[in-house]
Amino acid sequence: MNSQEIAFVIVAVAGTIGAFRVVTARNVVHAALYLVITLSSAAIVYLLLAAEFVAWVQILIYVGAIVILFLFGLMLTKAPIGREALDNQRRGVAFVIGLAVFGGLFYLLQDAFPWEASEVEPFQGTASSVGTSIFRDFVLPFEAISFLLLAALIGAIVLSRKDDAP
Amino acid sequence: MLTFAAVLFATGVYGVLARRNAVLVLMSIELMLNAVNINLVAFSQHLQQITGQVFALFVIAVAAAEVGIGLAIVILIYRNRETINVDEVNLLKW
Repeated sequence: MNSQEIAFVIVAVAGTIGAFRVVTARNVVHAALYLVITLSSAAIVYLLLAAEFVAWVQILIYVGAIVILFLFGLMLTKAPIGREALDNQRRGVAFVIGLAVFGGLFYLLQDAFPWEASEVEPFQGTASSVGTSIFRDFVLPFEAISFLLLAALIGAIVLSRKDDAP
Repeated sequence: MLTFAAVLFATGVYGVLARRNAVLVLMSIELMLNAVNINLVAFSQHLQQITGQVFALFVIAVAAAEVGIGLAIVILIYRNRETINVDEVNLLKW
């Protein structure tokens, strides 16, 4: 194993533990903070894959914005604490289904993509190459995504404002 | 790489099915979206094409929009129903 693989294993283990704690933590704020660990480990995985622009966007949007949104949502909804309040009664079934999903995905991926360690040159995903691709090949999806964000912004404002003013 | 993504996705599925709190369900959905993103970037690296990373960025943008709308809906439900447990919100059930 080279150093990149060792780093990936460490990050993957940390991210997996964080993900498990997100779905099992009894305190919702702890779940949100464990989500930070998992999202950061995903960002480090992007860095190990030489996708630096995606990694920084991940840190900026997910760790910076979405987790803060989650924490605000938790504060505004007076979240309860305790396993019975946070989990429903179908935990066993959900565990079996989750395990089945993992088994199916693992089998399919190993079957379809039996990669060995790639010996190709690392492929740089810099801001310049990503931007060139977006604005050369994907201009229409880019405009669609910006329109979607605008619609989501207006929709969130309309949904969450008080209705007393006409 | 793909195994890590599969673990994240299965954990997200478990979280969506097992959690009662709507905000925690949204967090589990974020886990699943992250698994998809890791796969997209891994395939981008393997196939030596930038397209996967572009679509990972699109998925991140869609996830941001989804969380914004989702939390707005959750807060609205809390304001009207005083609960955000997904098994007690049965407005659409008859």
